[in-house]
Amino acid sequence: MPKISTFFYGIGQGIKSIFRNRTFSLASIGTMAACLFLFGVFYIMLSNVEYIVKNAETNVGITVFFDEGITDEQIEEIRAQIMTRAEVHTVEYISAEQAWENYKNTKLSPELASSFGDDNPLEDSASFTVYLNDVAMQDSLVRFVKGLPGVRKCNDAAGIADTLSGFNKVITIGSAVIITILLFVAAFLIGMTVSTGVSVRREEISIMKLIGASNFFIKIPFVVEGVLIGIIGAVIPLVIIRLAYIRITNMLAEKFSTMFNMVSFLNVETVMKVLIPASLAIGIGIGFISSRFTLRKQLRKIEVN
Amino acid sequence: MSDKFDLYRAESEEIEPPVILLEEVSKDYVEGQHALKNVSLEIRKGEFVFIVGSSGSGKSTLIKLLLKEISPTKGHIMVAGKELSRLRENSICKLRRSIGIVFQDFRLLKDRTVFDNVAFAQRVLEVPNYKIRRDVPRVLSIVGLSEKLRSYPDELSGGEQQRVALARALVNNPVILLADEPTGNLDPRNSWEIMHLLEEINRRGTTVVVVTHNREIVDAMQKRVITLNKGVIIGDQKGGYSHAKN
Ligand SMILES: Nc1ncnc2c1ncn2[C@@H]1O[C@H](COP(=O)(O)OP(=O)(O)OP(=O)(O)O)[C@@H](O)[C@H]1O
Ligand SMILES: [Mg+2]
Repeated sequence: MPKISTFFYGIGQGIKSIFRNRTFSLASIGTMAACLFLFGVFYIMLSNVEYIVKNAETNVGITVFFDEGITDEQIEEIRAQIMTRAEVHTVEYISAEQAWENYKNTKLSPELASSFGDDNPLEDSASFTVYLNDVAMQDSLVRFVKGLPGVRKCNDAAGIADTLSGFNKVITIGSAVIITILLFVAAFLIGMTVSTGVSVRREEISIMKLIGASNFFIKIPFVVEGVLIGIIGAVIPLVIIRLAYIRITNMLAEKFSTMFNMVSFLNVETVMKVLIPASLAIGIGIGFISSRFTLRKQLRKIEVN
Repeated sequence: MSDKFDLYRAESEEIEPPVILLEEVSKDYVEGQHALKNVSLEIRKGEFVFIVGSSGSGKSTLIKLLLKEISPTKGHIMVAGKELSRLRENSICKLRRSIGIVFQDFRLLKDRTVFDNVAFAQRVLEVPNYKIRRDVPRVLSIVGLSEKLRSYPDELSGGEQQRVALARALVNNPVILLADEPTGNLDPRNSWEIMHLLEEINRRGTTVVVVTHNREIVDAMQKRVITLNKGVIIGDQKGGYSHAKN
């Protein structure tokens, strides 16, 4: 059973080794950091897109207009029909009067509005706004509603949700490919760092073997080195992302608020709660695995005499 | 397997097994070419043994087998009570802890002082610091280097460097000390000093096995001499080099 002091020894030696091996260490840390930075950025994009879609799903509804001269009973019948669908969250009735009020208030100047007097130009504009639980079901619901008797027109909530879902898929695949390639590069560079470390200390290792040092004792400085590179490579992008996230989301929200009513992003804590453990796990995991793998190959080559 | 191995394995209390036991050991680096061939050999606790033979006769191969750096092609080896063929990869280090070893080229770490070179052997075995502070000066005084604790290897003569290597080999109290041409790089006076030290170490109870080409020393010391020729033992007797030769 290894002693506690061995771990401290390993950590001390690992740190020394990183400095002794500056060029390779920096290259490995840099690649790892770039990799995990991209991972962070992609994760942020994906999770925010998903979040925005979620919002859109509840905020954006489809609008259902009725045939002229429809009766209140018929309208109630249509509501009942729509409510039978599982993806429907709520159905909101907007009377012709409400529609006109809205229109007057938002689109017309007060003088122009008052010129209409008590007439309602949107007499037949009563409608339902249907909110969905699941935006993916929108097409199917629109088809269903269009088939109902008494329905004149049914507008879907534009292609926003579809566009966003498609976008998500592209980002997911693209990022998975890039991150995988970078992870391989990072693992390779950590392997190189460890194996130069081993060859610099060849003599020392050979003596250690001769004297009867355990394999654990011989390996631990290099494993620590690999893991430390992983940790540093994870912490750097995490710090950058933490600092940049709030600024960038604020800036984007400001820009887009003219286009959409409201764009809200995930708050930074929610994002970091996932990113910190994920990045550290990837960094440490890659560092550990590639140093172990390299050691297994390199240490065999060292003979005691 | 042979009777002898069975006997020793039974761990009967009256019979102490030899510290080194080889039974019909052969080693082929290349198939069909024997570096060692059917070597059987017993070395008992407290013995002082020279191994001699011309270049390429298999002396270093024998040392490597004892350290389990290589495994025999055929036969069985027992060292310090351990049967080497049964030793798993992870237990090789435990075997080596009972063996001290020195080479012709000293193998000192140039960036460390004499003290640290010797202490290194204890640090890698996780010996506590207070023991290191106690043992290192003690063993350095045995080899006569008490005054040179703070020197670096480059500041020492060849004989002194070999004495540091010897101190490092001894600091963990090995059962066996193996020396592969320890005087190969030394002048006669330093060679003699190292040999007297080895004799002294042997007197304190350590089994000592010395590979050497130094005919004069072997003849003068009148110890057991094992002679190898082309991988075969052609002589094993007490006395000098010349006796063994014919
Ligand atoms: N790693 C190896 N691969 C192949 N052949 C080897 C290897 N090591 C040694 N040999 C061969 O085995 C034989 C014995 O070599 P060994 O090193 O044991 O000789 P030695 O008695 O120590 O010689 P020397 O006195 O020159 O040190 C030689 O023929 C040598 O060429
Ligand atoms: Mg040799």
